[in-house]
Amino acid sequence: MANRQFRVWRGNAQGGNFQDYEVDVDSGMVVLDVLHRIQAHQAPDMAIRWNCKAGKCGSCSMEINGYPKLACMTRMSIYPDDATITVQPLKTFPVIKDLVTDVSWNYEQNKRIPPFKPKPVDADGRRRMYQEDVDRVQEFRKCIECYLCQNVCHVLRDRDRKDAFVGPRFMIRLASLEMHPLDAGDRIEAVRKDFGSGLCNITKCCTDVCPEHIKITDNAIIPLKERVVDRTYDPFMKLVRAIFGGK
Amino acid sequence: MLDTREIQTVTHDVVVIGAGGAGLRAAIQCADQGLNTAVLTKSLLGKAHTVMAEGGVAAALGNVDERDNWRIHFRDTMRGGKFLNDWRMAELHARNAPARVQELEDWGAVFDRTPKGLISQRNFGGHRYPRLAHVGDRTGLEMIRTLQDHLIHTRAHVHMESTALEILVEGGRVAGVAAYWRDTGRFMVLRAPAVILATGGGGRAWRVTSNSWEYTGDGYALAYNAGAELMDMEFTQFHPTGMVWPPSVRGTLVTEGVRGDGGILLNNKGERFMFNYIPEKFAAETADTVEEASRWLEGDKNARRPPELLTRDVVARSILAEVRAGRGSPHGGVFLDIASRRPAEVIKRKLPSMYHQFKELADVDITTEKMEVGPTLHYFMGGVRVNSDTQQSRVPGLFACGECSAGMHGANRLGGNSLSDLLVFGALAGDGAAAYVRGLGQPPAATDASIQTAFRRATDILNRESGPNPYLVHEQLQDAMNDFVGIVRNAEDLKRGIEEIEKLKASAAQVKAHGASQYNPGWDEALSLRSLLITAEAVARAALIREESRGAHYRVDFEGERDEWLQYNIVSRMGNDGRMEVEKVLRPDGPSELTSIAYAKIEDLEAGRVAAPAQGA
Repeated sequence: MANRQFRVWRGNAQGGNFQDYEVDVDSGMVVLDVLHRIQAHQAPDMAIRWNCKAGKCGSCSMEINGYPKLACMTRMSIYPDDATITVQPLKTFPVIKDLVTDVSWNYEQNKRIPPFKPKPVDADGRRRMYQEDVDRVQEFRKCIECYLCQNVCHVLRDRDRKDAFVGPRFMIRLASLEMHPLDAGDRIEAVRKDFGSGLCNITKCCTDVCPEHIKITDNAIIPLKERVVDRTYDPFMKLVRAIFGGK
Repeated sequence: MLDTREIQTVTHDVVVIGAGGAGLRAAIQCADQGLNTAVLTKSLLGKAHTVMAEGGVAAALGNVDERDNWRIHFRDTMRGGKFLNDWRMAELHARNAPARVQELEDWGAVFDRTPKGLISQRNFGGHRYPRLAHVGDRTGLEMIRTLQDHLIHTRAHVHMESTALEILVEGGRVAGVAAYWRDTGRFMVLRAPAVILATGGGGRAWRVTSNSWEYTGDGYALAYNAGAELMDMEFTQFHPTGMVWPPSVRGTLVTEGVRGDGGILLNNKGERFMFNYIPEKFAAETADTVEEASRWLEGDKNARRPPELLTRDVVARSILAEVRAGRGSPHGGVFLDIASRRPAEVIKRKLPSMYHQFKELADVDITTEKMEVGPTLHYFMGGVRVNSDTQQSRVPGLFACGECSAGMHGANRLGGNSLSDLLVFGALAGDGAAAYVRGLGQPPAATDASIQTAFRRATDILNRESGPNPYLVHEQLQDAMNDFVGIVRNAEDLKRGIEEIEKLKASAAQVKAHGASQYNPGWDEALSLRSLLITAEAVARAALIREESRGAHYRVDFEGERDEWLQYNIVSRMGNDGRMEVEKVLRPDGPSELTSIAYAKIEDLEAGRVAAPAQGA
């Protein structure tokens, strides 16, 4: 057991400040454990959003010593023994209270995405797709919606262009639909026009913070951008489409 | 006095409480039938405990072994449940599960595939054939996301981060829900003639549990207070493999898929001890040599299953016995070894989240090292007593499905049968609620007095001057349940446990939450204590009454299954004096066409020598 210093942002939409807590930390603890201990003994009304405590639900996203992380997967042992741990809410979304932010904008974006549109079933009433064809879609479907990628995306965080770009989370959602072997929908025009793929300048910050290690930029955003380019800017294909019709 | 006209009031046909798999599936069913549907969820959408489900969803699709069919699934389920299951529910489940799983594919789910492009299925404890459709070890996440993305394009309303306080009942029928928004602390009245409870279990009453903070038994308490009955509450499943180290993650689930994919259990002498714990009734279907178990893993269809895949109650007690005999691992568990059984890349592909969980939380590389595991409170077989076809409780308009309802799993649940349960009975509860709402004349209207009472009980916690710390009362309850209502039970401990619960009820009635009502976890904790205590009391009292050992309920003072107890369920309800009444209730015998399947020899069943019942589902 060791005594550690924590600085936690406390406040709400009207404002707030950092408060210091001194807390006993046991071996093997993660940051979320320490916050819970502060809550139980020193700050009972300190707001934290969390659920599974195993890195599977993506609820406890916050900024720990300046890095966006899941508090449940951040072990205290990665920090030097004398380091003060500073914890604050995600910057890109409005604060509700303490470490909890209003992420409802993300849910609105998901609703805007045209849903899965299944192709007809096979003659025997079943659906077939092969593992090698679903591997890349399964990578995207690992997403736990922690919104850490949304939090670090420059377009959303620094330029505040939530009006124009859906963010990395929903680019991978779009990619998971576009690359789904059984999907009959076509969202490529919308990827450019409605969801703002052009605004991403592929700095890969989203990929760096993904706790599921999804290669968001390389495997989802860039291929989507390529499809947009093929569709929108390829003069030969444009001509072919003009003559023969189709996507 | 609170003026009810100033409280936000919304009107729906049906309110689904809980947004896990059961709640979402129920809400989809209601919305599809044109009902004005609301979903109340304590968390954000998509975060429910279902995301923690790892291994898979059981359905006799027969994609990997064509010998599988619903009758074998049904037989496995009844045997796993020690024949205490509701016969009709087990039948409905086994018959409907394949269609419910295939429907998820229509909605965009991407399960792992067989070489022929169909949904792949894996082996799991108690299932005769590879039966669990899965996505690596994150099947629950795939299901939640599929249901969530489907639901948001229906007309259902989702009220995120809002908690139900009480079911409003008028003239004995459901009239709505009193709730509060966690993010603002404000109250809300949902007027609705039907409520579907899909709140999951109550594992947070124990110290070592795989359950998330939401699992506070809310559905049990809401139903109990509304006049419904709880059944089979003594059957609490301890999953054999939870993490045991570090202390802060003690209890976190290690999927049974590790054993399904070949993982073996070892004691500190390196012995594969499960061979010493094969119960007689499973002996004929279980490998008795390491050599035969290995052949099974390699796909030999004539080999019998390894003993690590015996039902969860058997494996959990065996682990406990090894630990108590001094043959445990350094942190009080046993070893689970997949590293020596499968190549590293296979482990990472088939069990990616287990790999990350151990790597990041315990510094253990499961592709080269053994894991340390021990039992963890995982699941409630018991819950709200409902009609097997409509999912309605004895309170008209109040329905329950998924983990918070009782009957389907009997005395013990097979792995994989939970995800299929929530799909099958989520859909049936939606049908049940829709039929009820359509058949209703004038919906009952909640009175101002009942609304005011519900909210006053909640605000008292904030308004009183001082009182016990709700976090600490919760910790005391967790210790009491772990110590006195654990895996191995006896009358003396259970009586101690009930005494402790009674004392804690007195403390909980006086707890004080500090601060304002907006996003106040201390207040949430204080409110959930009420649910946890009703849950804990129902479990402890039922466990004391059932004087036998069956499935997940194990009494050292009453060893073995006793035939006379197979005739009874234990039912609890609120008595006229406000105290909990618990009694033995006779359960009907199964219909002969189902008993003939459940008790059939497997060879006879597979050879078609057992008469097939008429299609009833």
